[in-house]
Amino acid sequence: MSFTEDQITRYSRHILLPEMGGKGQKKLSQAKVFVVGAGGLGCPVAYYLGAAGIGTIGLIDSDVVDLSNLQRQILHHTPDVGRSKTQSAKEKIQALNPEVQVTTYEERLTAHNARDIISQYDVVIDGVDNFPAKFLINDACYMENKPLVHGGILRFEGRVMTIVPNESACYRCIFKNPPPPGVVPSCQEAGIIGVVAGIIGTIQATEAIKLILKVGQPLTDRLLDFDARTTTFREIRVRRNPSCTLCGPEASLTELIDYDEPEACAL
Amino acid sequence: MQLTINGKVENLNVSTVIDVLKAKDIDPQLVAVEVNTQMIDQENLGTTSLQEDDKLEFLFFMGGGA
Ligand SMILES: [Zn+2]
Repeated sequence: MSFTEDQITRYSRHILLPEMGGKGQKKLSQAKVFVVGAGGLGCPVAYYLGAAGIGTIGLIDSDVVDLSNLQRQILHHTPDVGRSKTQSAKEKIQALNPEVQVTTYEERLTAHNARDIISQYDVVIDGVDNFPAKFLINDACYMENKPLVHGGILRFEGRVMTIVPNESACYRCIFKNPPPPGVVPSCQEAGIIGVVAGIIGTIQATEAIKLILKVGQPLTDRLLDFDARTTTFREIRVRRNPSCTLCGPEASLTELIDYDEPEACAL
Repeated sequence: MQLTINGKVENLNVSTVIDVLKAKDIDPQLVAVEVNTQMIDQENLGTTSLQEDDKLEFLFFMGGGA
């Protein structure tokens, strides 16, 4: 596959990069990235990956756009209120870059469908807003041996970590199990500065691109915590946990778990 | 003893990890604890003794995304 004139122009600032070149751009155009959630994190992730010329972006979300989403979910515009988030997101990504194939799933990721969908992608992005889903994504990516870029946001803070199964610490190496329901506030309850979603989401997109290109050092075995109040990043070294129930030598988790879902978060 | 907790040096009169959690009024269910880059299992928080200059990280759940 060779580039058209338009493609060379569109991606010229990428192609100029020695680490990317035409070869790297081609890799992006052949890559498939699965973005779980078309909300605060999923929007900037998918927007930038679309602009970058990722071949296929998978988007899963069962929600419709709410007016309270627009403060941060930048793929959704005012006329989209009430429409499906995946459809709204798909339209904007394809208006920006019609070459990107956007595959939408208007459903929730569950223990039943997760492995099957994830197996069809190269990299997975966590853009969900609840712990059961974050653990489900972590477990399914490990079982399907797919790299995952984890993200979390709350109030003025955010966190990113890249997980390469069997090579680096997974989410369960740090957090064994989801917290008891209701004890950790969600963005809906505690609020979120919209731009923090953009900061964390664009780091997640950067990690995905690096993983595809195999350039630099991924954010593995490091939790990157961001605090917007002081504009500081803190990096916390983590290691694979020998007692991890998912990826440790005596792992006991071999099946996906559908934890009790919290009441649907209309974030 | 002198400990570094989430990057900040603190002097606390404690001997185990659970003492630190109590001193700071942190619910052990809501935090993952790392001592010198090693994760401490929930059930070992009370038996993990600390040494002068240990580095502790309290990692709180951060679950938002949408
Ligand atoms: Zn693990």
